[in-house]
Amino acid sequence: MFRFLLGRLAVLIPTFIGVSIIAFSFIRLLPGDPVALLSGERVMSPERHAEISHQLGFDRPIVIQYLDYLWGVVRGDFGTSISTKGSVAEQFFQLFPATLELSLCAIIFAIVLGIPAGVLAAIKRGSFFDQLMMGTALVGFSMPIFWWGLLLIILFSGILQWTPVSGRISLMYFFPPVTGFMLIDSLLSGQEGAFKSAFSHLILPTIVLGTIPLAVIARQTRSAMLEVLSEDFVRTARAKGLSTFRVVGIHALRNAMIPVVTTIGLQVGVMLAGAILTETIFSWPGIGKWMVDSVFRRDYPVIQGGLLIIAGMIMLVNLIVDLLYGLLNPRIRHQN
Amino acid sequence: MKKTIFAAALLAATALSGAANAKTFVYCSEASPEGFDPGLYTAGTTFDASAHPVYNRLLEFKKGTTEVEPGLAESYEVSDDGLQYTFKLRPGVKFQTTDFFTPTRDLNADDVIFSYERQWKDDNPWNKYVEGGSWEYFAGMGMPDLLDKIEKVDDLTVRFTLKRKEAPFLANVAMPFASILSKEYADKLQADGKMNELNQKPVGTGPFTFVGYQQDAVIRYKANPDYWGGKQPIDDLVFAITTDASVRYQKLQANECQLMPYPNAADVAAMKANPDLQVMEQEGLNVAYLAYNTTQAPFDKVEVRKALNMAINKQAIVDAVFQGAATPAKNPIPPTMWSYNNAVEDDKYDPEAAKKMLEDAGVKDLSMKVWAMPVARPYMLNARRAAELIQSDFEKVGVKVEIVSYEWAEYLDKSKAKDRDGAVMLGWTGDNGDPDNFLDTLLGCDAVGGNNRAQWCNQEFDDLVTKAKETSDVAERTKLYEQAQVVFKREAPWATLDHSLAIVPMRKNVTGFVQSPLGDFTFDGVDITE
Repeated sequence: MFRFLLGRLAVLIPTFIGVSIIAFSFIRLLPGDPVALLSGERVMSPERHAEISHQLGFDRPIVIQYLDYLWGVVRGDFGTSISTKGSVAEQFFQLFPATLELSLCAIIFAIVLGIPAGVLAAIKRGSFFDQLMMGTALVGFSMPIFWWGLLLIILFSGILQWTPVSGRISLMYFFPPVTGFMLIDSLLSGQEGAFKSAFSHLILPTIVLGTIPLAVIARQTRSAMLEVLSEDFVRTARAKGLSTFRVVGIHALRNAMIPVVTTIGLQVGVMLAGAILTETIFSWPGIGKWMVDSVFRRDYPVIQGGLLIIAGMIMLVNLIVDLLYGLLNPRIRHQN
Repeated sequence: MKKTIFAAALLAATALSGAANAKTFVYCSEASPEGFDPGLYTAGTTFDASAHPVYNRLLEFKKGTTEVEPGLAESYEVSDDGLQYTFKLRPGVKFQTTDFFTPTRDLNADDVIFSYERQWKDDNPWNKYVEGGSWEYFAGMGMPDLLDKIEKVDDLTVRFTLKRKEAPFLANVAMPFASILSKEYADKLQADGKMNELNQKPVGTGPFTFVGYQQDAVIRYKANPDYWGGKQPIDDLVFAITTDASVRYQKLQANECQLMPYPNAADVAAMKANPDLQVMEQEGLNVAYLAYNTTQAPFDKVEVRKALNMAINKQAIVDAVFQGAATPAKNPIPPTMWSYNNAVEDDKYDPEAAKKMLEDAGVKDLSMKVWAMPVARPYMLNARRAAELIQSDFEKVGVKVEIVSYEWAEYLDKSKAKDRDGAVMLGWTGDNGDPDNFLDTLLGCDAVGGNNRAQWCNQEFDDLVTKAKETSDVAERTKLYEQAQVVFKREAPWATLDHSLAIVPMRKNVTGFVQSPLGDFTFDGVDITE
């Protein structure tokens, strides 16, 4: 197991360095003067330009600049936002709970609905239910998030008025964040109706963000299930006279879960990409919306730092998934 | 301990009673403010969140107009030579009391001097208090060159001395960048070593007190009980930042907010049909134009520019891009602006005549570039689409068009260059309601290589607008500007494209909202009826 971990890390570190080089080059490759971009000053005398250029270290060799940047990243310094003048890393972790809360809800939504749907479709292979399931999954997978979100808002908020349109909680409630998770904070605030409001605000964005993972998980579960169900040990279990529930629920499902776990892990990247759109539509103050707003504000250090942190997190999650996979399936770790 | 319990109980009580009785007005704003010190920024969004609710100026724009009226200054006097402006401050004006600052004195001349000098004097400790910040508007309006000195005559009298005559000065004083901040508050922040907070927690004399800002999500204000103009009819003002126009519309429909800016053109018909909503419309104080480079052949010839102007079907652009929510433009200033010369006749859309004019001018097989902006602006919602229409219009008169575009900042920068090729599409939204802000800023000789994208320096025109700037008699200025518009039309440095309509949808029960010709959103005087 330890060697397996080392092997994974050996791949991860160069990847991270690669990403950091891309992020580092970002500001320098974009059109416009990086000094003006980073300082935020549009009108500068040549002396002032030289002064800032020196402050920012642009007059030093590019390799030194990069190493400096990397050293900063290692120490957790991802630069300073042009618009708020605050630390990018600090802002990231302030906004991250909102994205995490939404993503967790979305992934739970996807798993809770996706796995049973996939299992049922596999058991009733070829039936009407199976076809309906797979058809719906295909539609869900191909749905543009932006359009899907607006459609749900127009239907459920605009016409039916069942759910609120956007935001994390009604503007009536006003309390300082404790954990950053609105579901928990609204309970802690003790204000009547706050939790209900927070919950109802979560419904639509959860569905929108969870749709693609739901479709992917359902399809993956179905195909993994079908494969496992055709294996000898399942036939043996059936022949032994075990109940369908035991055969499917215990024997087959457990084995089918191995590829599904990987799929769920891979969805993290998809979720973060989806969060950018979902959060923008629903005015959800998380990192996705933060990145989009930063693009509009031309706040390059935020885009740069945010990209790097997100890339790092995706890599970390993939590492964890690989390790879990290794734990679930010993064959994998011996192959490496 | 007892004290805390008491405070908590009090807080809970006010929260509960507040929830029951408070009148809350929610505005679905379109973007986050850049900060709360209006001097540092140029975006309307930022002014809507800072300059208008929290601050006042010496003079203010009268609601719904571009005329100035007394603000923090009760009255003013202009010296005979037109160089000295003496403002008498309104006595007893209180700064807001917030949970981060309690003022001990009323507004006085020191506050005015502080507010201007922080933007003006390099050696002022507040000049560079925000890293990378610059006083763009102050500089852009030419204030550093214009101001000679600002003196305190007594506690309630301030005197501005100018280096030269400048009639638009009074309008400038009413602009958001000229908001009056509290020197006492600034001094306290400086003493506490928290200077940055001036830009994060604003304290002013305005109708609403800043309560808090949650980045990119919500800004809260409450009515200022000590406001010199009287307490507002609403208790709480909330900006719910909602960047997507469709979502803003849905929130308005669901009564999650009561007013929104910048609707999608496509939604306006449905809004008008909704019995819960009312839709306000007004011609925006803006113009979109296509600026030829008048220094380069063949655009240095008036006939060529005229001919091209006649080839453009403006009505088609207005229909396609704005779905009717705009009007074709003939003058470089919008019709809502004083001194608009309605007698000027527009070049008629006539491709045949245009073709002939080009032939007569000896222009054959012309191919040119048309620059299309990469972003939507109020005066041009879809520049690409408009450029394509112009392309096909020009094709009809035998002119080949290549449409080019750049990233926005680069576009603005590159289009300034004197040797730049082709015709640039751009526009302008007025920010002080003075014709000078269009005519001199965009077409004056001084602006060549800058805002004057046509690189057009016409002595006759320039003399007229310069003379108008130095005259304080409005009737006289009007005459001069009317003449300038005649010269402009004759010389045709631009094809004037459109003036867009500003459309503001709101809930039917909103009263007292007045649309600003300057495009600002201000909420003093706004009320909600049951």
